[in-house]
Amino acid sequence: MSDLIDDLVGIVPGSALDDLRAKRPVARADAQATYEGLIASPADLERATAAERAAIGYWVSALSQADGLSAHYRGLLGAQDEAVLAAIDGALPTAVTTGPYGAFPAGPLSVEDEDGLDWAPTAELRAAVGDRLAAALAHAHLLTFRPRDSSPDALQSLLDAGWTTDGVVTVSQLIAFTHFQLRVVAGLTVLKETI
Amino acid sequence: MASVESAERVTRYPDLVRPNEFTQAELGWVPWLEPKAVEDLTDEDYAGLVERARAGSPYFRLLVRDPVVLGARTRADNDIFYNTDAGLGRAERELSAAATSRTNGCLFCASVHSRFASLQAPSRRDDVQRLLDEGIDGDQDERWTAVIEAAAALTATPSHFGPAHVAALRNAGLDDQAIVDVVQSAAFFNWANRLMLSLGEATPPAA
Repeated sequence: MSDLIDDLVGIVPGSALDDLRAKRPVARADAQATYEGLIASPADLERATAAERAAIGYWVSALSQADGLSAHYRGLLGAQDEAVLAAIDGALPTAVTTGPYGAFPAGPLSVEDEDGLDWAPTAELRAAVGDRLAAALAHAHLLTFRPRDSSPDALQSLLDAGWTTDGVVTVSQLIAFTHFQLRVVAGLTVLKETI
Repeated sequence: MASVESAERVTRYPDLVRPNEFTQAELGWVPWLEPKAVEDLTDEDYAGLVERARAGSPYFRLLVRDPVVLGARTRADNDIFYNTDAGLGRAERELSAAATSRTNGCLFCASVHSRFASLQAPSRRDDVQRLLDEGIDGDQDERWTAVIEAAAALTATPSHFGPAHVAALRNAGLDDQAIVDVVQSAAFFNWANRLMLSLGEATPPAA
């Protein structure tokens, strides 16, 4: 039974990291189950297509400079839609930044507000990937770098671009789960190097 | 695909008094999208909710629109935070979640998990409050500093977590199982914060 996080970190059976992960067996199995339910073998390809799912995983992991995971998702997307992959690769250089930044609700925390890139897809990118996926990429950029700037307007943009409410929930899980997955890989990779 | 006229609209709360400070008080949360109605929940949905009582929560009834994913998310959450077979103590797992939520700016998640940290370590309530008031750079003892800094480094995009964080955690007395728990609890809240922040908003404590 293949496990994507084990594969990306390079965890082999019987190793120290294998034993450590085995102590949290449900977390390990359900991280893999989430990956399968969202990206590898989702049941409902109408609310979000296989190419859209791979594109969101690739975009989030590439924006986060998570090299191993983004290479994996790049492969999945390339197998689904090479034109979308080329368009996303073209958009990445002007979209990558560092986070988290954004604004708090006005008040005592406003002194901690931080400005940063407010990324929006170009007309060229929208033409290449379609309005629906372009809106999801904009939302993924928001949630990747400035999650505290989230708003009902941002969700309305997804609905207006053709996502259903069920689809928005799945897109949100895709983005948020990828942030979990890339950090488990990052943390365990560092730990492995020190053992 | 559907035309531009959208059938579905978000819910807005123009009269809401928005919480604007980190607090250990019990905040509420309201959804911007329509949760699934209780009377429409199927057996598969209840499996995704894991605990039947979660049908009372608008957050979980919204996420149950993707029941397989909600079920896996919830079981992973429970194992990361409540499986006490070795590893990090409960209070420090909640501390890692609170530090992550403080860094991302999720007032709701920070309120829940700072409160849980204080419940698990009642003598540390002021230390928890200092994390909320002063942020991740506020003064803490060596062990809590190591946990908070590791969680914050892993929360940065791109991740700044490195061998120095592992060394600091080991120097503070954490074994490798505990370090895995720091990593997974911070990673999990990078998932949870993004759902809570983007699908709805915090409401003030009940009067």
